[in-house]
Amino acid sequence: MMQLSCPWCGPRNVNEFHHDGPLHHRPDPTATTVEEWRHYLYIRENPHGVVEERWYHAAGCRKFLVVTRDTRTNTVIPAEGESR
Amino acid sequence: MNLSRSRTTLDRRIAPQPGEVIDRSTPVEFTWNGRAYSGFRGDTIVSALAAAGVRMYSRSMKYHRPRGLLSATLHDPGCMVQVDGDPNVRGAHRLIEEGMKVSSQNTWPSLEVDVRGVNQLAGRFLGPGFYYKTFIKPQRLWPVYETVLRQFVHGGRLSRTPGPEAYDKRHAHADVLVAGGGPAGLAAALAAAERGARVMLVEEGHQLGGHLRWSDPETAAGLVRRVAQAETIQVLTNATVAARYDDNWCAVVQRHPEPGVAERLLKTRARSLIVAPGLLERPYVFDGNDTPGVMLSTAARSLVNLYGVAPGERAVVFSANPDGDAAAEDLERAGVEVVRFVDARAGQDIVRVRGRKTVESVELADGTRLEADLLVTATGWTAPTSLLNMSGDVPVYEPRAARFLPGGQAGQGVFATGGIAGDGSTDLLIAHGHATGAAAAVHALGTRRQHALAVPATSGRVDATVPADASVPAIPDLAVEEHPELFRSSTHGMVDFSEDVSSKDLYSAVAEGYDSAELAKRFTTVTMGPTQGKHELMNAIAVIADATGKTIAQTGTTTWRPMYAPVTLGALAGPSQDPVRYSEIHSWHEANGAVPLVAGQWIRPEHYGDPEQEVRAVREAVGIIDVSPIGKLDLRGPDVPKLLETVYTNKWSKLEVGRVRYGAMCREDGVVFDDGVTARLGEDHYLMSTTSSGAASVWEWLETWLQTERPEWRVHVTPVTTAYTSINVAGPQARRLVSRLVEGIDLSAEAFGYMRVRTGRVAGVDDCILWRIGFTGELSYELHVPASYGLHVWEALLEAGQDLGVTPFGVEAQRVLRLEKGHLIIGQDTDGLTQAYSAGLDWAIKLDKPDFAGKPELAWQREHGGGTRLVALQPVDPDIVPAEASQVLRPDGRIGGRITSSRHSPTLGRSVCLGQLEPSLAAAGSVVDVRLPDGRTVQAAVMDRLAHLDPDGTRLENDSVPDEPQAHPTPLARGPLSVTGPTEELRGWQVAGQHRPAELSLTDYTPLVKVGVRAEPTGAVATTLQAPFGRVHRGENTLVIGSGPGEWLVLAEPCSGTRVLADLGRLADDAEEQVSVVDLTHGRAMFRLTGREVTDLLASVCALDLSDDLVPDGSTLRTTVAGVVTDLVRLDEGGRPSYLLHCERSSGIYLSETLLDTGRDRGLTDAGAPAAGYVIS
Ligand SMILES: [Zn+2]
Repeated sequence: MMQLSCPWCGPRNVNEFHHDGPLHHRPDPTATTVEEWRHYLYIRENPHGVVEERWYHAAGCRKFLVVTRDTRTNTVIPAEGESR
Repeated sequence: MNLSRSRTTLDRRIAPQPGEVIDRSTPVEFTWNGRAYSGFRGDTIVSALAAAGVRMYSRSMKYHRPRGLLSATLHDPGCMVQVDGDPNVRGAHRLIEEGMKVSSQNTWPSLEVDVRGVNQLAGRFLGPGFYYKTFIKPQRLWPVYETVLRQFVHGGRLSRTPGPEAYDKRHAHADVLVAGGGPAGLAAALAAAERGARVMLVEEGHQLGGHLRWSDPETAAGLVRRVAQAETIQVLTNATVAARYDDNWCAVVQRHPEPGVAERLLKTRARSLIVAPGLLERPYVFDGNDTPGVMLSTAARSLVNLYGVAPGERAVVFSANPDGDAAAEDLERAGVEVVRFVDARAGQDIVRVRGRKTVESVELADGTRLEADLLVTATGWTAPTSLLNMSGDVPVYEPRAARFLPGGQAGQGVFATGGIAGDGSTDLLIAHGHATGAAAAVHALGTRRQHALAVPATSGRVDATVPADASVPAIPDLAVEEHPELFRSSTHGMVDFSEDVSSKDLYSAVAEGYDSAELAKRFTTVTMGPTQGKHELMNAIAVIADATGKTIAQTGTTTWRPMYAPVTLGALAGPSQDPVRYSEIHSWHEANGAVPLVAGQWIRPEHYGDPEQEVRAVREAVGIIDVSPIGKLDLRGPDVPKLLETVYTNKWSKLEVGRVRYGAMCREDGVVFDDGVTARLGEDHYLMSTTSSGAASVWEWLETWLQTERPEWRVHVTPVTTAYTSINVAGPQARRLVSRLVEGIDLSAEAFGYMRVRTGRVAGVDDCILWRIGFTGELSYELHVPASYGLHVWEALLEAGQDLGVTPFGVEAQRVLRLEKGHLIIGQDTDGLTQAYSAGLDWAIKLDKPDFAGKPELAWQREHGGGTRLVALQPVDPDIVPAEASQVLRPDGRIGGRITSSRHSPTLGRSVCLGQLEPSLAAAGSVVDVRLPDGRTVQAAVMDRLAHLDPDGTRLENDSVPDEPQAHPTPLARGPLSVTGPTEELRGWQVAGQHRPAELSLTDYTPLVKVGVRAEPTGAVATTLQAPFGRVHRGENTLVIGSGPGEWLVLAEPCSGTRVLADLGRLADDAEEQVSVVDLTHGRAMFRLTGREVTDLLASVCALDLSDDLVPDGSTLRTTVAGVVTDLVRLDEGGRPSYLLHCERSSGIYLSETLLDTGRDRGLTDAGAPAAGYVIS
């Protein structure tokens, strides 16, 4: 089981976290086309490589965190100046 | 000793050997296939049998060929035996025990005479891939094939009664995990320990020392002694590092770790992993190579040197390396006549062994035929690179050494040493191990420091400077000695001894087109048996390479996957840790005949015997139901309306204080995922309810909005599901019943209308919340009572309502009632694709709101249609209740929908349904075909409204007059944990009456006042509270726990709540930031574990490393304990380690009882009341 380092709690087993998918932000629905909205809802890049994702530390601090992970190796790349 | 047994066996035991592991002063009696045998303590089953001249231990899987000793290891394929009730015991590894009953398996009627041995004559029938080609058609014969195939299964008989032994599973943490206790592994462990690392040294065999045990017992003993003296090395023998996963998460399997435990799985997080398994000797492929009496040089040497057993009388030794040469010397010393030494390096070869149940003669390539009963082969090594492969390495084939070597791609924190890394003298291997151990320790301790820096409880206390001894020592290179590429003679023989795959089979497979290693493997099942390639992998690849005309390097290996060694299902399962949740009224339900229903983790009453009668009671008089599992979230802050507007599909900004409203939530795809009512209790204070199963996901959904999309909104969400016991009182007499117990609230229809909320006192209990809602379609009040008084209020209702006919009802009656009323259940009448317009929620979707979650998709659905419709259906035959999930058919016979809910309605005297139908079938008044599970088709009418009963809601207009308040017993608060022994009353709480001191104790702390505080993580309130996240502050009368970023739990002695809440309330009022203060006294279960072994105990249920340096006294953290999210607060008591644990109240019984269960062996005692009273500081 891989570990994720929660910026609040430190390293924890990944099963304490919920995966929230690649980092995304909700577009303003009044300013998007139907295609753009569908893309936001359903299209995921799923790269064979580095991906920025959001995780939720459900069994710990209950904070969302951003993780940069290489999907080929599950290596987590620490963010620049990551700290509390 | 049993002197009367007949002794016709040989005695092959030789004079004591310097490195022997048997204790000749302690004989051990056991039976083999019903006959009495004797060995010595330290003997394996097979060494004891070999000492008595027994050479055949099993028959092979497919051809039932006689099999004997091959490698004398855990993996020896010919030595699988049945021991008492356990099949597939590794006979060459398992030690004999007094009275053990051992028998051969896979034989019928006996080992000596096996009728299925004729399979050998039917070679064509059982050719490669026969499983795939035979037994396919006709399908009607499959049951027959099963019976036939069962006969071929290589396995013993499972006992159908549970064995006496337990299986265990726990967590472990090591700085350095060393897999393999040979010279390099021992040296690595010592070097790592010298550097200050905590080492776990795992050895598959029963003794440390590896091959030194027979080649140099004195050096082995010296290393083993030093390891035993090293305090920070934990040695596990008879154990295997069976798997390595991401971030060095390793499965360590310990066989018979202690009496009564068959196997233990240690889920071990290692900061560094050292792979030091040595090398496995591989068999030679030639005609008759599986005849009992053909064995590997390492097997012969371990028999002679470890067990003092002569493996035969007349031996031929076929050797390609110094180990084979040494085996010949060992045999001669043991009195075995070496009739010929066949030197492979000089081009000599063997081609055949003759003999059926034992070797009778050996035939050489030059035609010489030698009478012999033993053939020892030494033809090379297989590198068990499994753990390296699992670490991402791609080992490389080295033809000069005829084996694979590490590819150097295993990544950080994984090291290899010993024979797997290269060859060399014992001194060189030890030097390599030593340097590797030091490097692994440097890596591990660096990682440990990073860990301590990242943990809030310790981050400020760790010296951030890099320690001076962090220099990584250079690891010397190990040379690779040349070895001939020797795999197969000119004849064909067995490649896979477990699966009976011969070299001929592999050639046939390649000829049939299965010309890659992975394909040939699956077609022939080579390397897929119990030994998983350990003996046969290299030979299989060499044969496939030869058959395909490729090199071994081009052919490559098949994939090494977990597990490296077999793990029992018992160890993988471990003790059951499935969390269950109970309401406060559970004991009453149990005592009153409730039939339990498992709903998610909750155990709820399905009914109390007669659900139809329960329905009638609600329709005609009054019923009460325990609805505590309904999710409840306390919402505070000025921006709550914005949040509600966003997550619900309907409008919320104008909800007045004192009102309740129904809402449905959609995900962004417009699919309904939860619903419930939310009440506005105060200006900035709301209580949201969710479905029972949706509480956690709704909370996370709210946090998603608050933390990621709308961080500027000032809202605090606190889960309070089990802070309240929720009781729904429903029926025409509900007002009269509730009014008899309520003080201070006018319950009259005019004063307390439908969809209103009031707070007040019920049966003497303050701070109760009352909602007037109507899920059942009747006048009903939902009472939310502080959970410690839940049972008190329940019993008071039953007492006060006797003359009104009050009846407890269960989940089943509630389902019928709501179905009669046409109220949907999310997840029952909808599924993961049901958008809100398909859920009959049109009235609750307000597309004129500027925005809400799911709006764009719902706007699309309304504009373009699509999706099914939720409708009420009534079967034409009122006595037919179509099973839920029955299909609704279109006129063309295709599926056009399904029944989602169906019951017999006792009120209407007919069957009633809800269903999801295609729009073309959903018109009111139409009649549709419903196909029942038994194949019949019946008709059902589509109704024009969802409600089968009282569609206009006249029953809710009940204007009965409230009764006068009645007397009721004085409330007494109860905690969620079971109290054993006498109880006493302490300031309104029922608590344990005595303290039972114990070395390791569990003490109930439930009555403490517990107040949750939310504020900015580093604001003024944080400064005042003094406990940063991860730490505890011991105040004058309170203990402040920094339980989360911007989240605190303040503890104080029982019944000081008013004062504490007032103090904190002032703090909140004075603050400029958003602060919320929520009383959680009744919402948490809290107990304390104290004792020296407490960390060890928690390792059984908690995956975190709780070492003193990472979790010092005064730290707090939240993690999963036995599957329950739990706060662990380290609060040492009188110098003894101690943890205060708290979790959601409803999980308290499960968590405390699981811990008591887990700790029983360590003497964990339910200590009752705290020794020094309920004071924490
Ligand atoms: Zn965290």
